[in-house]
Amino acid sequence: MAIFVDKNTRVVVQGITGRDGSFHTQQMLNYGTKVVAGVTPGKGGTEVFGVPVFENVAEAVKKTKANTSIIFVPPSAAVDAIYEAAEAGVSLIVCITEGLPTIDMVKVYHYLKTKGVRLIGPNCPGIISPGFSKVGILPGQIFAKGPIGVISRSGTLTYEIVYNLTIKGLGQSTCIGIGGDPIIGTNFIDCLKAFQNDPLTRGIVLIGEIGGSDEEMAAEFIKKNLTKPVVGFIAGRTAPPGKRMGHAGAIISGSSGLAEDKIKAFNAVGIPVAEIPSKIADLMAEKLAAHKKKATLKSAKSTLKKRATKKAVTQKTAPKRRSAKKPVKKTAARKKK
Amino acid sequence: MKIHEYQAKEIFAKFGLPIPKGEVVIAPDEARNAAIHYNRPVMVKAQVHVGGRGKAGGIKYCKDPDEAFFNAQEILGMDIKGLIVKKVLVTEAVDIKSEAYVGVIIDRLSKKNVIMVSPAGGIDIEQVAKETPEKIMKMGVDPIYGLRAFEALQLARFIYQDIKVARQGADIIMKLYKAFLGVDASLVEINPLVMDGQGTLIALDAKINLDDNGLYRHPELEKMRDLDAEEPAEIEAKKADLSYVRLSGNIGCIVNGAGLAMATMDLVKYFGGQPANFLDIGGSSSPEKVMTAMRIILNDSNVAVILFNIFGGITRCDDVANGIVQAVEKLNPRVPIVVRLTGTNEDKAKEIMQKYQFPATNSMEEVVKMAIKEVA
Repeated sequence: MAIFVDKNTRVVVQGITGRDGSFHTQQMLNYGTKVVAGVTPGKGGTEVFGVPVFENVAEAVKKTKANTSIIFVPPSAAVDAIYEAAEAGVSLIVCITEGLPTIDMVKVYHYLKTKGVRLIGPNCPGIISPGFSKVGILPGQIFAKGPIGVISRSGTLTYEIVYNLTIKGLGQSTCIGIGGDPIIGTNFIDCLKAFQNDPLTRGIVLIGEIGGSDEEMAAEFIKKNLTKPVVGFIAGRTAPPGKRMGHAGAIISGSSGLAEDKIKAFNAVGIPVAEIPSKIADLMAEKLAAHKKKATLKSAKSTLKKRATKKAVTQKTAPKRRSAKKPVKKTAARKKK
Repeated sequence: MKIHEYQAKEIFAKFGLPIPKGEVVIAPDEARNAAIHYNRPVMVKAQVHVGGRGKAGGIKYCKDPDEAFFNAQEILGMDIKGLIVKKVLVTEAVDIKSEAYVGVIIDRLSKKNVIMVSPAGGIDIEQVAKETPEKIMKMGVDPIYGLRAFEALQLARFIYQDIKVARQGADIIMKLYKAFLGVDASLVEINPLVMDGQGTLIALDAKINLDDNGLYRHPELEKMRDLDAEEPAEIEAKKADLSYVRLSGNIGCIVNGAGLAMATMDLVKYFGGQPANFLDIGGSSSPEKVMTAMRIILNDSNVAVILFNIFGGITRCDDVANGIVQAVEKLNPRVPIVVRLTGTNEDKAKEIMQKYQFPATNSMEEVVKMAIKEVA
């Protein structure tokens, strides 16, 4: 079924008349996303690629029943845009914008938790469930429908890896760019939980980077709660300490946030970490095959066990026969099976 | 963004925090004059963006103006962990009866602003956390209601037995937290917070790290940036909205996306090369941005090849291709260029690149190997 976005997703674009907002509205429409509304104060009543523009999110939601918002407004307005979308009643907000003040995000995060609204991002490429919906800027043409869930802190590195997966025949159930900032609305564990419960997802690729401890927490969670196979990749093995590597959240502070610690944490719970991006698809294929074999063996063992138990029960409860003859029909039927 | 102790103290003073009198000087005789003015022993403290100044000999007690002159002379021009001291802070020496630690950080795990206090001040707090963690008290501040007075008192009482001193401490903690919020900091620290001979609490040192994402709403703080302490190339890149970190290798990298840029650096090393830099030209790239990126990279004399690794998402490959072509025409680079352009509008990009016949590929591994071959 995919997670977080599906065919019921109805999107309102905040900042629809801007350069990126309008460009990506068209891209989303081309992909088949139900973009039902846009918002730019002062431009209500106009249209962008056939999508009606409203003065504010509340009006857009009321008139079009939008349930998801995507934010393209500049960083100085983005925090407010998140609050507005949540108050207007959407259940999912995807914030593409980079540069939101971290102190504001602390407040936003806790506010959204009390409201029960999911935020993906900020500073993220968005989310795509191939064949269902795309809410973001990810290039739809590299994705294919399939059984792999992808969770990533990056944008273009995600595309690189997904491209390889698709070429190797490993399509994706849902791909989520959770974003590169230190405080984000949805983290690895949130996505892992959902993937574990998603019947479409059979394996998971987790793309992390230096900074913070989200990967280490994810490893612990996977050990205790995941039955589906996971493969990892960590960017920034060669990053110097103390420097912000582009993403606000990609910084090694003192002794924490190192790539090698994240790799160790994954390996410790049996998650293989690819050394280079192109190896991920092969690792995932291996893990899926091994998992299937294990599951098949487990299932076969369980069937044999059931049969043995049934036989024992039948022999115990069957009435004692005077003749020594074995019941021929039953044996024949069993042999057929 | 990092700022100096004297700048942090200025900010603290604005928020009502007690700091020793002091002034910043750039010459030894200025230090002597300041000491004469204060008419008591002073401290001369190196103003550089690193910790461990004391150990490196950058903080000295001066019992008279002549010693102030001498110490300032020693310290100005000193190299402390790679940074040259250009300014020193001359402050009144304080009679230290006790030292404590008070700080505020944004904790990524709990996603809250966390206040840390410890009676073990004057030492590296990470060391205290390792060796005697029981000497640290942490409190996450409610994100909606903020810090309440009874909480500040609770924290202060972890440091100070005496209730009167604890109330002083609580007041300082409240003001420190207000300062943290008021400047969009990612970290503020008073280490050490000392009690002087009169029983008054004073911030002997001050540290503030500002959230880069908050600077747009604090233009007066942006002005505090010490351009001497930062790589000129990194400053220029920031102005052009690029992320750039200089490294020491010879393979210049221009990539769209921070994660991909890090992975490209890693891949260069994996195949035996040495990256010259990290550079993310970001999304929404324009030909002008590509030109600026190339100019910054070419200014690094170590660079012997430029590698482009572009996977188009928001970034349009034809924009990048135009940028490369324009840059080559204007800058006439002294080094070969290898190119990987994949994604949005890649066909248009290919047409543009064909004219110059740059070694081009669709594969990230290939372009890295090509770059390494060029410098071999």
